[in-house]
Amino acid sequence: METLNRLTAQATADIQACVDSNDLEQLRVQYLGKKGLITELMKQLGTVPPEQRPQLGALINEAKEIVQGLLQDRKILLSENLLIEQLRREQVDVSLPGRQVARGGLHPITQTLQRIQNFFHQLGFSTVEGPEVEDDYHNFEALNIPAHHPARAMHDTFYMKDAQGCYDAQGCYFDAKRLLRTHTSPVQIRTMKKGQPPFRMICPGRVYRCDSDITHTPMFHQVEGLWVDKNISFADLKGILAAFLRFFFEKELEVRFRPSYFPFTEPSAEVDVQCVACEGRGCRICSHTGWLEVLGCGMVHPKVFEHTGVDATYTGLAFGLGVERFTMLRYGVSDLRHFFENDLKFLSQF
Amino acid sequence: MQVSEQWLREWVNPAIDSAALAAQLTMAGLEVDAVEPVAKPFNGVVIAQVLATEPHPQADRLRVCRVNDGQQELSIVCGAANVRAGLKVALAIEGARLPGLDHPITETKMRGVLSQGMLCAAAELGLAESSEGLLELDESAPVGVALWDWLNLNDQSIELGLTPNRGDCLSVMGLAREIAALNQQAIATPVMQPVAAIHDRIFPVAIQASKHCPCYVGRVIEGIRTDAVTPIWMVEKLRRSGVRSIHPVVDVTNYVMLELGQPMHAFDLNKLKEGIQVRLATSGECITLLDGQTLEIKANTLVISDGNGPIALAGIMGGEASKVDTQSQAIFLESAFFDPIALAGQARRYGLHTDASHRFERGVDFTIQRQALERATELLLTIVGGIPGPVIEIRDEAQLPKRLPIELTLSQVQRLLGFELSASVVMDLLVRLEMHFVACASKTIWQVTPPSYRFDISESVDLVEELARLYGYNQIPSHVPSLPYNASVLPLETQTELLHIKQVLVDRDYQEVITYSFVDPQLQQSLYPEQSGLALANPISADLSVMRLGLWPGLIQTAQYNLNRQQNRVRIFESGLVFLPTIQGDLQQVLHLGGLITGPRTAKHWCDGQRSVDFFDLKGDLETVIKNFLPGANLRWAACEHAALQPGQTAHIYLDEEAIGWMGALHPKLQNHLDLASKIYVFEICLSALSQTQLPCVKPLSKFPGVQRDIALVVDSLVSAQSLIDAIQAQSYELIQEVSLFDVYEGDRMDIGKKSVALNLTIQHPSHTLKDSEVNECIDKVITCLKERFDVILRE
Repeated sequence: METLNRLTAQATADIQACVDSNDLEQLRVQYLGKKGLITELMKQLGTVPPEQRPQLGALINEAKEIVQGLLQDRKILLSENLLIEQLRREQVDVSLPGRQVARGGLHPITQTLQRIQNFFHQLGFSTVEGPEVEDDYHNFEALNIPAHHPARAMHDTFYMKDAQGCYDAQGCYFDAKRLLRTHTSPVQIRTMKKGQPPFRMICPGRVYRCDSDITHTPMFHQVEGLWVDKNISFADLKGILAAFLRFFFEKELEVRFRPSYFPFTEPSAEVDVQCVACEGRGCRICSHTGWLEVLGCGMVHPKVFEHTGVDATYTGLAFGLGVERFTMLRYGVSDLRHFFENDLKFLSQF
Repeated sequence: MQVSEQWLREWVNPAIDSAALAAQLTMAGLEVDAVEPVAKPFNGVVIAQVLATEPHPQADRLRVCRVNDGQQELSIVCGAANVRAGLKVALAIEGARLPGLDHPITETKMRGVLSQGMLCAAAELGLAESSEGLLELDESAPVGVALWDWLNLNDQSIELGLTPNRGDCLSVMGLAREIAALNQQAIATPVMQPVAAIHDRIFPVAIQASKHCPCYVGRVIEGIRTDAVTPIWMVEKLRRSGVRSIHPVVDVTNYVMLELGQPMHAFDLNKLKEGIQVRLATSGECITLLDGQTLEIKANTLVISDGNGPIALAGIMGGEASKVDTQSQAIFLESAFFDPIALAGQARRYGLHTDASHRFERGVDFTIQRQALERATELLLTIVGGIPGPVIEIRDEAQLPKRLPIELTLSQVQRLLGFELSASVVMDLLVRLEMHFVACASKTIWQVTPPSYRFDISESVDLVEELARLYGYNQIPSHVPSLPYNASVLPLETQTELLHIKQVLVDRDYQEVITYSFVDPQLQQSLYPEQSGLALANPISADLSVMRLGLWPGLIQTAQYNLNRQQNRVRIFESGLVFLPTIQGDLQQVLHLGGLITGPRTAKHWCDGQRSVDFFDLKGDLETVIKNFLPGANLRWAACEHAALQPGQTAHIYLDEEAIGWMGALHPKLQNHLDLASKIYVFEICLSALSQTQLPCVKPLSKFPGVQRDIALVVDSLVSAQSLIDAIQAQSYELIQEVSLFDVYEGDRMDIGKKSVALNLTIQHPSHTLKDSEVNECIDKVITCLKERFDVILRE
């Protein structure tokens, strides 16, 4: 009896003192295992007189249950403690930044080009590209800008040294006066000369003029468009461009057409859009006029059709725009030169 | 073109204000760039007359003047050299406010003498940039009248940005015609009377190049006053139209040019020899121009010459030797028509651009030479006096421009503009445009002859534009057409779009850049020493003077720019044409894609180390891009050498057997030379290699489990990983699905010159589960092959 009480007391003390679940398992084995101390007592029950056995057996069982209960409680306690400890250990500062997969970005000019192309693709204009080193014929002559035409003064042209006439790998002929294209119109010339009308295309790309100051870079981007078919009219030109400008700026802006002059279109027009910044009230961006000049356009000049072999039963509309200007207006860029300095702090804002 | 609004309104005066007039011109295609007041406001300035002057008792330079302001006599102290009794002057009286002065004019004592106001110089009134002495008013100026009112200073300078086709609007008359047409008014041409000859002296003129100069009108005027000054009304009109007063005779020729659009020139008759010849220059001739520069005249340049040689570049600028000056007593006046085509580009050949060349290149009305000469004579006689001789006029009608009738049909107008303009409106517009026309019986077809001053109308579309312009572009309806489907807009599934390629790089943390297509020849030479780029004849600067041979110059400079601005991590790419001259002398313009990385592999982060990028970071990115579009590509990276790249870290990239590009570490020599702080890795590939992809062709999946086996080999260090894999794949064991390399070790635990390579083989059978013996047999074959080829040792 006394032994049993002592054993129970000892087990109780051991269990209460145990702080590790492995140790607790050891204690279970020590007291209740096959060769455990309490189990042994049970085994020795056969050696006590039979009349004492039931009582003693009951006492041992009681002790066993007590120890089992203590073990169970302790186990729960320990595992709870363990969890608490785990939680404490695994606590993080949720405000720390996550592991991101960093992304770069497209140049803002590319993004604007893409928006412009999306609009015209939807109208069935396909994108056509062409060479940037061009020749006099495709850049000027075929566009009704003969040598010494005053309009050439508007195109400050870069010429190549030591040029000679040649064919390129695609079989396109270049005359001796090689130059950097001043607009993307030569792509239209090449396309019209090669194919048969109708034509519906836009020509995006780099163009070059030897001019460099706050408002000019020697290289910039244009998108020119051309639609040649039977009965294309000036009214169509107005409709398409007004729709485009409202799409691009995502505003119901006023659009106006002013007569202008380009050798390759007649009638020709400049297109002004109500200032996107002040909506026509007048601000620094529109020089307080309320209007922004954004596009040049017109009906294809018959001389251009003559040069490209398009017959006179067709008419066509053409337009051209400066991608940098659209990008600046759209995103509030104030200095054109940012586009080609490629400062990552600038580019990463788009 | 700048012009005084008041001057315009003398010719035609519609009942609209300045802003409305400017808007009207702009919307008619004559773009108004600016409308500026001709003077800054001032008040309290009246016309006064100096009655007498006497020396200032205390100051040598000052004079004390008695001045009549129309109401009283005032005492004014004045320091101007030209103050004298009788002179009509601008007097700022007590309380006057002048531009640029913060305080009003007050009575004051100047060195002890009372001064009751200030006599003004033109600059002090804001009427000139600078001036010497007092503004001298005409004798007829009414004393006591406010100067502001007398000079009509409630005027604006209208600045127009005219397109090159509208040379006819480079004059008051031309603009007045346009305003009259817009407002349906008539112009009031000032009375201009021919001036009869008083003597019969002529200076002979011979035209040797009548194609270039089909009309030349000239006249001698003798006995002009040398002390004459240009009247202030003319100085003011010139000033408000952007022309500085120089000399009364020159001012008159400029005035007529502004008024009628006819550039003129006056020679000092006494400096001319023998006679005028209009001819093409012969080689070696020189001239010193009015602006002081001496030129050697190029062949094909039209010159005005006398017995001594060229005295003017025709239609561009006169010569210094024959110029009119303060001593000139007789002049020869020239009013000519020079052919626009003959003159086109000539001024630019000499780096010149003058008011005359600007007009002649665009076309001057070929019917007004005599009128202009008479007008100038009339003005000269009233300003400098003199006795006119007879007008000599040489006109070669056959060489003058022609105005031929153009057929215009109503249906064409309607078709091109896209709306129904009526025949009567068309005819009304033609009348307002001063087009001569004859209608055919149906009244819908016209024979239209444009006026002599229009050089931009030769076809019916030109007429359509004129009709639309005057009718108003904004009155033309706007129409969004419904467009037919166009299949060519959408790419084929097997066509790679450049944008998608760019997106993959963006997703891998690359920023797109756009750099100039012309680069620094020295940088380019150091990167591509074996090629030479196409050079520009007229570059904007030496460091942008050759066309790029590749994308690396621009990428490296962009990296440099950013590294110098505290950006130590740079990951950029660019796509664009490169320009490759061939030996045959032609040029290939090829679309390339290039990229550059440098600095830490990832942006600084609290839980990662900061490893720098290396060869395999860039290679991995490039592999990702290419395999994204060409999943089954046979891509090979061959060790190679490139002048720009570091030996041992240079790969030539092959797609099948075709070399498509390069990648590697920038050569340390170049890195040091370019002062780049961190190691740079670059790639460049030809984009046509990626332009065509293939549709996926699905293979049946095996239902039976595959087996993975690793083998570790010791092999000579020089054997490339790729060659081991190639050798296994070349055997085409049908059971081997995949070979991958997962470990390479070279170092202490290996013999020198040896490395350990671990390969993983995936083995699978399409129609049954593999037995161990089959797997072992397959592995044995692989090992045997590698032993034979590379002398490998199997590691246990």
